[in-house]
Amino acid sequence: MARVFVDVMLKPEILDPAGQAVARALPSLGVEGVTGVRIGKRVEIEFDGEPDLDRARQIADRLLANPVIEDFTVQAE
Amino acid sequence: MTARVGSKIGIVTFPGSLDDKDAERAVRRAGAEAVGLWHADADLHGVDAVVLPGGFSYGDYLRCGAIARFAPVMSEVVAAAGRGLPVLGICNGFQLLCESHLLPGALTRNQHLHFRARDQRLRVETVETAWTSAYQKGALLTVPVKNGEGRFVADGPTVDRLEAEGRVVLRYVDGNPNGSLHDIAGITNDRGNVVGLMPHPEHAIDTLTGPSTDGLGFFASVLRRLVAVA
Repeated sequence: MARVFVDVMLKPEILDPAGQAVARALPSLGVEGVTGVRIGKRVEIEFDGEPDLDRARQIADRLLANPVIEDFTVQAE
Repeated sequence: MTARVGSKIGIVTFPGSLDDKDAERAVRRAGAEAVGLWHADADLHGVDAVVLPGGFSYGDYLRCGAIARFAPVMSEVVAAAGRGLPVLGICNGFQLLCESHLLPGALTRNQHLHFRARDQRLRVETVETAWTSAYQKGALLTVPVKNGEGRFVADGPTVDRLEAEGRVVLRYVDGNPNGSLHDIAGITNDRGNVVGLMPHPEHAIDTLTGPSTDGLGFFASVLRRLVAVA
């Protein structure tokens, strides 16, 4: 089994209200000094042979990320 | 409104669609024949226009509309829209039109993170589309809005172009329910045949069940166009 990780993040200029809500909750945990939180998602793709980074990139570009609002990175396990 | 006999408007049902039956009822109320289309059937069955209804297609997994975009019927919708077929995307349908690149931008999580369901005041910003020609420019409507991910975003040049080309179709007035840029509630493509909007005109066609009959004009507009080309 060969796994490829695709990390999808909102572009820096896109508002992330969920991340902001998490950041606002941190002081109630006693955590200070955090200036920002952004939430993305990680997708793990399993290939039956070698990890195929090119195919993973195609999958990410066509489906996993919306290039209008999101960036992605692809890496083998 | 007298429609051309046999004006047929197709309403697509995806797994997770909620408002397809209301959309069919709105189409019939406007005087057209409503034709149910199925997500897995790559055939528009000769309809004269298509409505992509609200709901949570394919559970809205990954992103709203992201998986529905690859439904077999959507390749036909995209091709037909390119030939000028009128297409209206309501709520989840608007998200799907953006994911399909028939409309620019994207719909993201509401700024305040709440699902917002209320009767919403709207202003019609252009009547130069297949779906708004029956209105007066500047008309104020009251139509339900109900979404959790309705905040329209696009990069600055795209929003500027939409504004400059008069492609903002509807704008929220008396309060923006989701933080949408420029209070945008609906947009159109450059030909004016494809329109996407977050509010639900199909829920505002009868005062028994909605706040007004203001939504009927969207369906009357497309019928007027179909009559004109017939």
